[in-house]
Amino acid sequence: MSDDIFDAIIIGAGPAGIACAYVLAKEGKNVLVIERGYNAGSKNVTGGRVYTYALELVDKGLYCEAALERKVVHEQIMVLDSDRALTIDYHDPSFNEDVPQSYSILRAVFDNWFAGKAEEQGAMFAYGIRVDNLIEQNGKIVGVVAGEDEIYANIVVAADGVNSLTAQKAGLRSDITAGSVGVGIKEIIELPAKVIEERFNLNPNEGAARVILGCTAGMHGGGFIYTNRDSISLGCVFMPEELAKQKTQVHELFQDFKMHPSIYHLIAGGVTTEYSAHLVPEDGWKGVSKRLYREGMLLVGDAAGFVINTGVIIRGIDLAIVSGVAAARAVLRETNSVCVGPAYMEELGRLNLIATMKATQGYSKLLDNSRLYSLYPRLANDIAGQVFGVSGSVPEPLVKGIKRIIKENVTIWQLIKDAWRGYRLI
Amino acid sequence: MTVERMVIEELLSLDKFTIDEDEAHIVLNKSICSQCQEKPCLIVCPAVLYKLKNNEISFDYAGCLECGTCRILCKNKGIVKWEYPRGTFGVTYRFG
Repeated sequence: MSDDIFDAIIIGAGPAGIACAYVLAKEGKNVLVIERGYNAGSKNVTGGRVYTYALELVDKGLYCEAALERKVVHEQIMVLDSDRALTIDYHDPSFNEDVPQSYSILRAVFDNWFAGKAEEQGAMFAYGIRVDNLIEQNGKIVGVVAGEDEIYANIVVAADGVNSLTAQKAGLRSDITAGSVGVGIKEIIELPAKVIEERFNLNPNEGAARVILGCTAGMHGGGFIYTNRDSISLGCVFMPEELAKQKTQVHELFQDFKMHPSIYHLIAGGVTTEYSAHLVPEDGWKGVSKRLYREGMLLVGDAAGFVINTGVIIRGIDLAIVSGVAAARAVLRETNSVCVGPAYMEELGRLNLIATMKATQGYSKLLDNSRLYSLYPRLANDIAGQVFGVSGSVPEPLVKGIKRIIKENVTIWQLIKDAWRGYRLI
Repeated sequence: MTVERMVIEELLSLDKFTIDEDEAHIVLNKSICSQCQEKPCLIVCPAVLYKLKNNEISFDYAGCLECGTCRILCKNKGIVKWEYPRGTFGVTYRFG
């Protein structure tokens, strides 16, 4: 390691850290990204997808060369109950026009590509090195300790993900609590592109994103499917606090979900090639660190808590990239280290990140309703069964049948209360 | 070959691990663990690395997916050390 002082040290080569490095290096800054994995992305997991606007923010047209899987033009919601499923599919070709809205990605592939682009801009990447500690002088963070090495910089950017042990060491946040994160489990299931396109009704290069309710044994959480080029990302997120109160091991719950008849027929004939797990912030704005900086240090991405889950879309990678760009702009703007943190907050505001987090803050409360995970999925499937069922006997009048089904599952009063609460929250 | 229900050993065998033989990145204090009634680690670890043998927790850090779920659920702090593996060690995702 060199004894020079870097303009910036970035801890962690995920989308936030790489975006920050890219923008800084492009402006001629001397940037070091320290990554504990063998290469960028090797420790990272997503659902998932990236919303393209964020890559456009880093550099116009950058997405054209990116290691992306499929353009998402089908947005789907699936509601499971026992062996039944109700699926809503919203197909919007405009999501594929001009700059396509979002792409499914695989993080080991995407992050590695993105790091390569930042390297082309002049950023330096040190792989296989874990940052063990921060160096503090007169109340200011001035560098990092990695093994035997001490490395100094004008600013340290913590982009080390949801557990962000460095943000904790800096005293910027306390350890995450069991109620504020979900544990996501995922299998990558390889299938020929043609099979994926047939099963999900896709044109070549186009993809589907699906959220799934009613697959978490009644616990707060949900499943997801993203179609990649030659594979499907099938995953499920559980709230660990609720998991701990029941007896089935989390991987078993995930296998139950995978073998549900409505899920299985989408992946049948495929081969699982990877099994992964990762935490994901679930508290929205409430989960964002109350302090995003101190002198000499900024928090970006998951380390800051920038994730939005509305129940139908999950955003993290785009917010990570935006926060990385905001951090870079603050560093470029301010030479006085005391001013960089406040400038970062201003840039987060200018890029609408704070306002976006605040505008969606009701969703995490909305999703904190146990009826969403078992009772309402059953109700939705019961109603669908009533609407589509034909037995040859005299059909019950539709409205009467639906009212009966609602009453069997929930009181009308409860339903109205939940609807009103949902309306108020979002 | 088709996708099927898998046990945890099969799932973990799909992943690439580089084991740090010299340093455990997660360390338990088993006397604290023996006092813990709930033992949430047995249920919540996606890699099922926490097991109960003769009423005592046994733990193997090889196969850790580095998610952090055990740390945040461990209320009695029987996990006395939770760090990421040293550089280059641990899981390497090929897809992620």
